Amino acid sequence: MLTCQEIVSFVTDYLEGGLRPQERLAFERHVAICPPCRAHLAQMRRTVETIGRLTVDDISDGAETALRHAFRDWRTGAGDP
Amino acid sequence: MVASAQGVRSGSEDDLALVAQFRDGDEEAFVALVRRYHGLMTRIACRYTPSHAVAEEVAQETWISVLRSIATFEGRSSFRTWLITILVNCARRQAATERRAVPFASLDDGAEAAVASSRFFPPDHPRWSGMWTTCVSSWSEVPDETFLAAEAMALVRHEIDRLPAQQRAVITLRDVCGMPAGEVCGLLDLTEGNERVLLHRARARVRRRLEQYVEAAC
Repeated sequence: MLTCQEIVSFVTDYLEGGLRPQERLAFERHVAICPPCRAHLAQMRRTVETIGRLTVDDISDGAETALRHAFRDWRTGAGDP
Repeated sequence: MVASAQGVRSGSEDDLALVAQFRDGDEEAFVALVRRYHGLMTRIACRYTPSHAVAEEVAQETWISVLRSIATFEGRSSFRTWLITILVNCARRQAATERRAVPFASLDDGAEAAVASSRFFPPDHPRWSGMWTTCVSSWSEVPDETFLAAEAMALVRHEIDRLPAQQRAVITLRDVCGMPAGEVCGLLDLTEGNERVLLHRARARVRRRLEQYVEAAC
């Protein structure tokens, strides 16, 4: 029987499909009868879901301006952009 | 930095439409792609470079390469994968020529227990070794709005920005971009096992931060 601490350490392997069938079964058996581990698994799922809502769309004005110039050079075929 | 519903996870069809427009000379289509991916690219480049400034240079250089080689992009892979592959090559080249790359970080980088060991009974406990000592909230009672709030998004983003570079690169590609694990391993040259170790540590840090936030909010 896995301990709760082991369940916590395997949670990403479980969610990512990285456990062998036997390990997966043991994980699921534990979680089925252990409310705090079930809650922890739910927290991890919610965490992943929340991270998935992030975007990384930041760029400085200076960098954007430089890239606009590079694009215009490219469009006019002015050699190396 | 703004959190919005659209972004790096949005459909690759949308990317392809923008690529087609920018090939036809539409500057705004090019800039739309730059805005969508530049932040992601600097975060990934950080894994190979000694500073944010160098990562920024690498990301800019990548866009120049994109302009030079867009004619060769045939759409066999997604634009995103093509772009990140160019980025990683640029970053590696930069690291090799300037010899100022950070030494390859060990997996011990930023290793902390996913959940504090004080929350479990000690290994020598006669009955409950390794079992939880405290209750755990499943967050099922926490309304979605709590997680969708700008404050929550900002906390998550801040926590990811503070992660060691390797963990940040992995969680950004896997969870922010939604890239398949196999593709993340290929791009970052990681074994599946190491990728999961880094992802686990990164997710655990974000979970802990969200836990503090949820406890304060409820």
